[in-house]
Amino acid sequence: MTLETPQPPPRLRLRGITKRYPGVIANEAVDLDVGVGEIHALLGENGAGKSTLMKIVYGVTRPDGGHIEWEGSRVSIASPAEARRLGIGMVFQHFALFETLTVAENIALAMDDPPKPSALAARIREVSEKYGLPVDPDRLTHSMSVGERQRVEIVRCLLQSPRLLIMDEPTSVLTPQAVLTLFETLRRLAAEGMSILYISHKLDEIRTLCDRATVLRGGRRSGSAIPREESNESLARLMIGGELQACQLTPRTPGEVELELTHLSLPTRDPFGTALDDLNLRVRRAEIVGIAGVSGNGQKELLAALSGETPSPHSGMVRIGGQSAGLLDPAQRRALGFGFVPEERLGRGAVPAMSLAQNALLTGARAGMVRGGLIRQSRMAEFAQQTIAAFKVKCSGDAALAGSLSGGNLQKFIVGRETRLNPKVLVVAQPTWGVDVGAAQLIRQALIDLRDQGVALLVISEELDELFMICDRIAVIAQGRLSPPMATGTLTVEQVGVLMAGSAHAPEAADVAA
Amino acid sequence: MNLDHLIPILVSTVIAATPLIYAALGELVTERAGVLNLGVEGMMLVGAVAAFAAGIATGSLSIAFVAGMLAATALSLLFAFLTLSLQTNQVATGLALTLFGVGLSAFVGRDYAGMPIERVPKIDIAGLSDLPVIGPLLLNYDLPVYLSIALYFAVQHFLTRTHTGLRLRACGESPTVAHAIGAPVIAIRYRAVMFGGAMAGIAGAYLSTALTPMWVEGLSAGRGWIALALVVFATWKPLRVLLGAYLFGGVTVMQLYAQGFGVEVPSEFLSMLPYAATIIVLVIICRDPKTILLNQPASLGKSFHPDA
Amino acid sequence: MSQPDSLLRRLWPFRLERRATPSAAMRLASPLIAGVAMALTGLIVFLILGQDPLVAFRVFFIAPFGGSYEIGELLLKATPLMLCALGLAIGFKANVWNIGAEGQLIVGAIAGSAVALFGSESLGALTVPLMMLAGAIGGMAWAAIPAFLRTRFHTNEILVSLMLVYIAQQLLGYLVHGPWKDPAGYNFPQSRAFAEAAILPALVEGTRVTGALIMALVLAVLAWLFTAKTHAGYRMQVAGLAPAAARYAGFSDTRNIWLALLVGGGMAGLAGISEVAGPIGLLQAVISPGYGFAAIIVAFVGRLHPFGIVLASLLMSLLYLGGEAAQVELQLPSSITGLFQGSLLFYLLAADLFIGFRLRRIVRAVAP
Repeated sequence: MTLETPQPPPRLRLRGITKRYPGVIANEAVDLDVGVGEIHALLGENGAGKSTLMKIVYGVTRPDGGHIEWEGSRVSIASPAEARRLGIGMVFQHFALFETLTVAENIALAMDDPPKPSALAARIREVSEKYGLPVDPDRLTHSMSVGERQRVEIVRCLLQSPRLLIMDEPTSVLTPQAVLTLFETLRRLAAEGMSILYISHKLDEIRTLCDRATVLRGGRRSGSAIPREESNESLARLMIGGELQACQLTPRTPGEVELELTHLSLPTRDPFGTALDDLNLRVRRAEIVGIAGVSGNGQKELLAALSGETPSPHSGMVRIGGQSAGLLDPAQRRALGFGFVPEERLGRGAVPAMSLAQNALLTGARAGMVRGGLIRQSRMAEFAQQTIAAFKVKCSGDAALAGSLSGGNLQKFIVGRETRLNPKVLVVAQPTWGVDVGAAQLIRQALIDLRDQGVALLVISEELDELFMICDRIAVIAQGRLSPPMATGTLTVEQVGVLMAGSAHAPEAADVAA
Repeated sequence: MNLDHLIPILVSTVIAATPLIYAALGELVTERAGVLNLGVEGMMLVGAVAAFAAGIATGSLSIAFVAGMLAATALSLLFAFLTLSLQTNQVATGLALTLFGVGLSAFVGRDYAGMPIERVPKIDIAGLSDLPVIGPLLLNYDLPVYLSIALYFAVQHFLTRTHTGLRLRACGESPTVAHAIGAPVIAIRYRAVMFGGAMAGIAGAYLSTALTPMWVEGLSAGRGWIALALVVFATWKPLRVLLGAYLFGGVTVMQLYAQGFGVEVPSEFLSMLPYAATIIVLVIICRDPKTILLNQPASLGKSFHPDA
Repeated sequence: MSQPDSLLRRLWPFRLERRATPSAAMRLASPLIAGVAMALTGLIVFLILGQDPLVAFRVFFIAPFGGSYEIGELLLKATPLMLCALGLAIGFKANVWNIGAEGQLIVGAIAGSAVALFGSESLGALTVPLMMLAGAIGGMAWAAIPAFLRTRFHTNEILVSLMLVYIAQQLLGYLVHGPWKDPAGYNFPQSRAFAEAAILPALVEGTRVTGALIMALVLAVLAWLFTAKTHAGYRMQVAGLAPAAARYAGFSDTRNIWLALLVGGGMAGLAGISEVAGPIGLLQAVISPGYGFAAIIVAFVGRLHPFGIVLASLLMSLLYLGGEAAQVELQLPSSITGLFQGSLLFYLLAADLFIGFRLRRIVRAVAP
């Protein structure tokens, strides 16, 4: 075994890896070494290039430059199948499982030469017992909770006896309690000599789990560290290149109720969706209410019910500005002063193939951009230009196509557009997902400013830190049910975690679309 | 109506359904891989004319079927290249394929219109077709009819019981996921499209050498489109394709026999029947959007680019 | 499993790279590239058929510009294509795939003919306008079926509109073989010839061009105003480009589908009645050489833009005339037209790729 030799070559060595996309450099000259039995963190913000780098190692994406060494010899990894042949396994951030297949079928799918179903089921049971990862090979995937799906993914990798396991943000879909179980498993695997490349942007986790860390910023390697010897602040400096800025959230007395959900129940039309079950919520003027939860627990359905994309069974279930709005369509709700920033920017919040000016018209028809059914081009352009200036959107002007903007800049534009349409109620989903620090800061501050101007805000986010930063009250959604919101100051992360896990008697926590 | 009347109707039904089975099962495999090929009608026509021409030229019906299959496969390869390698819009490219196939078949077939061809013979298995009822009803068909049933079993087995079939379905559900777990999505889709083309070619060959048997412009008369509708009607399940095809075969045959039974309806209205039936059947299946959502391959019709 | 993959790589050692912004130049150049590629294909086909390619080329592509009558014919055939394609393009932009314009054209012709056959004596000068109105309504009614079924029952409009083409053809066949057959027509499947008052007069002496051309051009301008200047047109474009954004913005899907199909059906109906009230002059079993299908190609070649469609319809009309001329002068089958039409669309789709992508040769970045 290479463990005995004095200077073993690292299991994986990357040198000068570069990957460019039109207008974006995802990775530039990245170097990385992962030793045998090492848990190595790849740390960076959303959009720093971590996922691209991992896709290159796993053969999903081809690099434009640089080379990869595997156990001392140069390799070219042209496809995931080749990566697996070398002994590289990967657990994806959004699980690569098919809803309509059983666990065993899903696992067989990823094998080049799968054994007979009965033999495979036996092997699955064997591996899952050995590592304390209980999975039933005959279960259909769509009935499984997110945590169970992750176990399936890990078992799938382990069946191939990999020597390097890549985990892409594995805890982003787990409750704080489930994270601890996962860490135990990973430590055990590392003790057996497996190398683990652990991708995350969560500093606490990395400091508890990882032996070494490589930090990426803007696609480049900004440094490396022994996480145990660092503080959150010093790691954050490496990650964002500056100090974390706290938001100014001065206490305010909330006003009257602007958004109200009363016994909102909604069966799902999507066979793999989550039904909403008796949701009650009041959002008042001049407050930000946050909704935490593991993705796939009804957030999507709740947002569609709020925006009007899915009408409610009764008009009184959703009230906007005191008026029953449950049966109104999105345009009618907007007329009542409702604004909405959806999670998907491209294709929902904005039309990629249209200019920013044209995208202003998407929700801005009432702001004087249409008269007598005709479009007023000058008003449209003016509105877009003002939004660009006010929210520091980096672009070539109001004629730039929405699809040509970076994630952060497009999000600034969409938040800006919804804000500048003077809503009474603003609902924002994942406000800073995949957005660089500067833009995130600006967006959060914009939301707080809006609160201070007396707008009622509802923020749905998977980032607990963010919710604790900007919300007056936080509620938790789990399995389509909503906990009563509690003042942020009285809550701990652990309490929220317990709520996120939902009731222990209902294990099916709904779907994460891969 | 007695048995003597019923048997020829049922037999004609089976024969009329056969080209639909080939075309629809081929398209079903294509669609399960996530590719919507609206060019079935065009591929069928090109297959029909190629088979007819080869049959006239060589006098061999096996060569005719192979020619039909190859010609339609070549056309499907063109579609695959455009939609899979060049990422063109599948709907527009499929329409183009049909328009092109209609033109190409009319052009190639200009000299063949009205020519006679020897019909595909029925197989008599050890004289068993003389058995009463069972003989004429079950044992008195040509080879492609039996093979169409075999094709159903093969497709069913392939999709549900084989590793490649599973991977093909994965490509139709989520090509990104399939790619990430190591399935060669583009290569699988190429093969699925070409299989659909080959089957449409056989369907066309059957039309021009067995069902009609002759060549006229627009011979398929919308059967390619009906095959597409059959796949929806079957909610992407092979067994329901088979049943649906016999249902449609029955409707087609009904129009021929209705007048024989003294039904006083102008022939044009009877000719409308298969098309009207297609619409009605689509409405019945689609009226609950959940049925489609649950069964339609989730990525049907969407382009996939492995490195994007 | 990776074997075919690498085989593909060897045969096609290129990969597509998305452009940062779509190329506006390619958007305009692509129809021209497709046209040239089609003409080259034509030369090869002529060669294969044993024709002198240059002579055949002249007969097919140049002769139809020969004189005022010929140009008149070009405009005459372009008119129904233009009308159908203008309507279809509005739908295609909104992702509503009405491919049954041929059927809507036929039903429009039937509805307009009813006015001509049963009302022309009493209606006088109102006859032609009422025929046009009836034609548009007939086409709309036929297109309303897929609209209703899609919005009410989620039924795919591609298949329904197409099935309705076959049904419309049978309906027309029934009428001209049955109740509407000219009793003095020697049993030909056609109606009585329309009265003078029910015929569109020629626009220019010595040609067969009618006022339908002017109507088509006016409608092209209106279609452009609709897409470029109205909020309704904008909403339909959003629905086509990003359906989720349209739902997010609250643009009604139902309204878009109805609008797209009614406009498409109405225009196709106008095309149908203009044909029977123009060059044909009566109702017969076949009134269109597939204008409704060729219009799909016209719409794409015209970039779904009204003015592009005007030009593309002229090109497509040229293919029809070229096919006829090749039949008369070179004894080539007129079905060669369909071959050219289909290949034109293929070339266009392939060339369109380069609006959004550029082709890059694959170079192995990681040396083994």
